[in-house]
Amino acid sequence: MKKQVLYTVGLHATLVLILLGVAFPVYFAFVIATHTHEDAYAFPPKLLPGKQFLANVLEAWTRTNMGRLMLNSAIVAIAVSLGKIVLSILAAFAFTHFRFRGRVLLFPMCMVTQMLPLPVRIVPAYQLMASFHWLNTYYALIIPYLASTTGILLFRQFFLTVPDELPDAARVDGAGPLRYLWSVLVPLSKTNIAALFVIEFVYMWNEYLWPLLVTTNPSLRVAQIGLKMLLTTERTVAEWNVIMAGTILVMLPPLVVLILMRRQFAQGIAMQSTK
Amino acid sequence: MQARFPGYRILPYLLVFPSVAVIIIFLVVPFIQAAIQSFRQTSPFGTVSSFVGIRQYQLLFSDPTYMRSLLTSWYFALLVILGGLSLSLFIAVLVTRKVRGMAFYQVAFIWTYALSPAVAGVIWALLFDPAIGIGTYVFSKLTGVSINFTIQGATAILILAAAAIWNMLGYNVCFYIAGLQNVPRELEEAARVDGAGPWRTFWLITFPMLSPTTAFLVFVNTIYAFFQVFGLIDIMTKGGPGGATEILVYKLYRDAFIRVRYNYASAQSVVLFLIVAATAIFQLWVSTRRAVYLR
Repeated sequence: MKKQVLYTVGLHATLVLILLGVAFPVYFAFVIATHTHEDAYAFPPKLLPGKQFLANVLEAWTRTNMGRLMLNSAIVAIAVSLGKIVLSILAAFAFTHFRFRGRVLLFPMCMVTQMLPLPVRIVPAYQLMASFHWLNTYYALIIPYLASTTGILLFRQFFLTVPDELPDAARVDGAGPLRYLWSVLVPLSKTNIAALFVIEFVYMWNEYLWPLLVTTNPSLRVAQIGLKMLLTTERTVAEWNVIMAGTILVMLPPLVVLILMRRQFAQGIAMQSTK
Repeated sequence: MQARFPGYRILPYLLVFPSVAVIIIFLVVPFIQAAIQSFRQTSPFGTVSSFVGIRQYQLLFSDPTYMRSLLTSWYFALLVILGGLSLSLFIAVLVTRKVRGMAFYQVAFIWTYALSPAVAGVIWALLFDPAIGIGTYVFSKLTGVSINFTIQGATAILILAAAAIWNMLGYNVCFYIAGLQNVPRELEEAARVDGAGPWRTFWLITFPMLSPTTAFLVFVNTIYAFFQVFGLIDIMTKGGPGGATEILVYKLYRDAFIRVRYNYASAQSVVLFLIVAATAIFQLWVSTRRAVYLR
């Protein structure tokens, strides 16, 4: 009995220690974001928050036009997430509910997106944007991202578990496939839709290399590039307090989305790992 | 598979069309163009393009900075994969113990997943800033050695790897938790009844049963360490000091968009593709081997 208690306490203590270790970098970033420039450079480094947080946030906000950058990130991340949800539902529906010529060829093709990350096609992809006159437009930031292997697999997996009686009943009631998809399958897929939304929103908000290439116009830059802008000012000494305040702004939206929807996210992960 | 809606001939094509169109136009065709470009040489003003066979590849593999970049990439990826997966497996095993209160930790580790590589880069650049970083401070207090990742190459790559492992921790832990929850309890029980201790049970039963999860995470972390990590490097070191952290994707970016050597960069793209394909085949091989074994 005593051994059991010791085991439980030891386990909790180990986990709390690891958790504190993992959280510490963000805590330190926050502490620096709350100090004046001079205090941020104090030695040894300060470990308790100061009172300058709002002032620093305001400075980071105005220096990089952060409101605009975050708005762009939000527009792009939401558009891509929703677009991926719609496109992958449609494709997964086709792959699970119809027999059609070319199905065995088209399905693996939808899986190759994972094999072709941006760097393996970067130069022609960039030239394509230029030839479409899509540089410095939302199109370049949104449309190339709309196909989703993860999404198609996730919905396919779920649609396969739906018993045949449901589509049969819909057919008997005279509902066509699209009607069935919209009124039966989509409402049943709520958890998967939410899971895919979290995964794709976080992914898209955090994209860096492609937005860096296809946008040069400051009013179309995204929040991640704002970090680069904050770091590369003409000042010789890095203003870590302002940089960290900006970093906290940039990391907050995906963090909030993930924390609010953590259950759906965990379920999505569980679905993915049993494929 | 039985068609659940027989008799529709055009509709399924319309349903897959948007996804397939995006994949072909923005992924497959550009990749094929890159492959073609890698066998050609375009004149500086883009006026003449001619077939040069494997010359770009010969240039590539006789370029010492490229070979160094290749080695750096693998070294970095190995650090991230071995360090990241063992740490996250350790955490996942702890939080799936049958003890009250573990449910809290199962979600408490997820959050680093929400941070971008660029955000991780800024935070770790601060943590190990030579002047004010608490990491630098503690390290020199403990060891008496002062570290500066902006001038020491070996230090820089280790700090980048630590930042990357930290960044991927939430994702890896999450997948290992899901994987561990799929391992049948009866097997572990049976091993225990047969007299195997927890350590032996883990390596003989649990770890082999996790191999599909491990293979999947090896793939995802390889992609991360080779590609996604671009933002981390661009923020923290820009490939420096002295090229010590210039992994393949960073060299590719510089050759393509700063030195504007499109054909040379395209050859690099093809090499990267081969690396991804090899990793994907490895993952497929491990997970199918597993399935056969279970049957």
